[in-house]
Amino acid sequence: MSLELKNVEKKVGIDTHIHPTSLKLEKNTINVLLGSTLAGKTTLMQIMAGLDKPTSGEIWFDGKNVTGMKVQKRNCSMVYQQFINYPNYTVYENIASPLVITGVKDDEIKQRVGKVAELLKLSAMLNKKPDELSGGQQQRTALARALVKDSDLILLDEPLANLDFKLREELREELPKLFEDRDCIVVYATTEPSDALMIGGNTATLLEGKVIQYGKTLEVYNKPENLISAKVFSDPPMNIAEITKRGDNCKFTDNDVQWKSSAKIKDGTYKIGIRPHNITTYKEGNNSVEINGKVQISELSGSESLIHFTNGNLSWVSLSNGTQQKNVGEDTKLYMNTDEFLYFDQNNRLVNNG
Amino acid sequence: MNKTINQKAWYFVIPVFVLVAFNAAIPLMTVVNYSFQETFGNNVFAWEGTRWFKQILLSERFHASLGRQFAFTFIILLIQIPLGIAIALTMPKKGWGVPVCLILMSMPLLIPWNVVGAMWNIFALPDIGFLGYTLNSVGFDYNFTQQPGDAWFTTILMDVWHWTSLVVLLSYAGLNSIQPAYYQAAEIDGASRWATFRYIELPKMKKVLTLAILLRFMDSFMIYTEPFVLTGGGPGNTTAFLSIDLVKMALGQFDLGPAAAMSLIYFFIVLLVCWVFYNLMMKNEAQS
Repeated sequence: MSLELKNVEKKVGIDTHIHPTSLKLEKNTINVLLGSTLAGKTTLMQIMAGLDKPTSGEIWFDGKNVTGMKVQKRNCSMVYQQFINYPNYTVYENIASPLVITGVKDDEIKQRVGKVAELLKLSAMLNKKPDELSGGQQQRTALARALVKDSDLILLDEPLANLDFKLREELREELPKLFEDRDCIVVYATTEPSDALMIGGNTATLLEGKVIQYGKTLEVYNKPENLISAKVFSDPPMNIAEITKRGDNCKFTDNDVQWKSSAKIKDGTYKIGIRPHNITTYKEGNNSVEINGKVQISELSGSESLIHFTNGNLSWVSLSNGTQQKNVGEDTKLYMNTDEFLYFDQNNRLVNNG
Repeated sequence: MNKTINQKAWYFVIPVFVLVAFNAAIPLMTVVNYSFQETFGNNVFAWEGTRWFKQILLSERFHASLGRQFAFTFIILLIQIPLGIAIALTMPKKGWGVPVCLILMSMPLLIPWNVVGAMWNIFALPDIGFLGYTLNSVGFDYNFTQQPGDAWFTTILMDVWHWTSLVVLLSYAGLNSIQPAYYQAAEIDGASRWATFRYIELPKMKKVLTLAILLRFMDSFMIYTEPFVLTGGGPGNTTAFLSIDLVKMALGQFDLGPAAAMSLIYFFIVLLVCWVFYNLMMKNEAQS
């Protein structure tokens, strides 16, 4: 069982929503679609589900061409960012609804709903209406409706985006477990790189209707094929600068900071990408290099400190552990872990691969 | 925080007091005054107690017009609410059709009530009106000025034409506030068109529909201008709804006492229904 998009393209009027895309999702995998709003995640999911037809290209499921097949005929379910439940059905009736429609026997419905409700901690509120539940419970109900069907394809469109922080964390931890023993393909769309990392599986980075890179989540994160993929998969945003390399010596174009690089690449001009957590107020790794910065904004989130700083023309973000109190306008020293630098060539392709 | 004491601020409230007094309180008290007394002109009054109220409540004429009023309101609600929902469901959701439909729908609402009455009067005239003439020429014996059934038919048709749009616009607004994801979810579930309507659209429209029913109830229960211009309450008294009957009594027969009592009873019926509606709405609100 696999879901394969072959050169799928979607145009609406003169706008291209999805550029020709080929993607193969395997059975028993969780696949994250990672990209900002309007990157085409939802459109891509609707095409996968059959809610929307591609302008050109084919969709194959389980070795069969299902392009243009209606959603009712495919065995899939979807969970949305908004908490979508039938407003005047109880939680039980809501979860049971897809089974009732397909004509499953009452006994079996009861048993299956009970099982899913337990899994999602809804057993105590089966007789309540969605309006009486908290946002988290409403979304759990929607999730339960998606799971009870034993679908081949489960699509989750930013399911945690409308939840408050604590509930999001809680549900995010549970999600991968929910899909563990299921014979299905899960697609999970999100704007948050941290969601992708936490969920694991595979990740496709998207930008402006194009799939930039698809692969194992950690691989995509650690070795982005190109600068765009690296940017999409970085929050806070990745710091980028131009450098020149001569022998082992590297130097920023914009200032005098130098370091030795063990990257096996030719001499020349490169772009480097530095993730914010690789610039810290303390030394990390054996090859850290000092950089001066003028503090622009300093945000404390309790366990982490986000410091926006400038150095000449560079305007960067650093992320350190703990509370690092800095005053706006203060000159400070920060340390970059040069081992973690990503080097991109003039075509924005990653060069220090392995 | 310390409260500043400024008694002079009361002066600013005076205009509102005066306005409300002249606008509502004084006319209403005049009616109350009339309803308990007999007047002989020249400002001579005689105390009658609750006589007029008893008289009105026991009069067959009042029962008849009240009955007609309820029948009329019931019939137009029964037609306008489902029809309004049905039209709203078929209206386009995007594209150039939206403004076109909205403008077409608002048009009847913008026409003054007496003009609507006059329009339909001419439109329905059996000899020269388009509707009347057409009906007669295809074989119907149609004459709204002489046959009660035709008069009712025309009055109801007129009200449906005039006011269904309001229900359409409210329902349309209700429908548009439903997120597309609901429809997709129903589609994924394999729900039928009817199930989608019954379990998604209708519950989501509940609030605007309650409002639509309340508005249409009030308006139709107090209807005056349109049937007055169209039929004048006739033939006979067959389309004399409460307000028409009331005006006949007050200004036609100059029975100010009974008319005042009838006004108050009328007022209390409207108030009672609104109160019941309001409580039902609030009860639903509290549930959800």
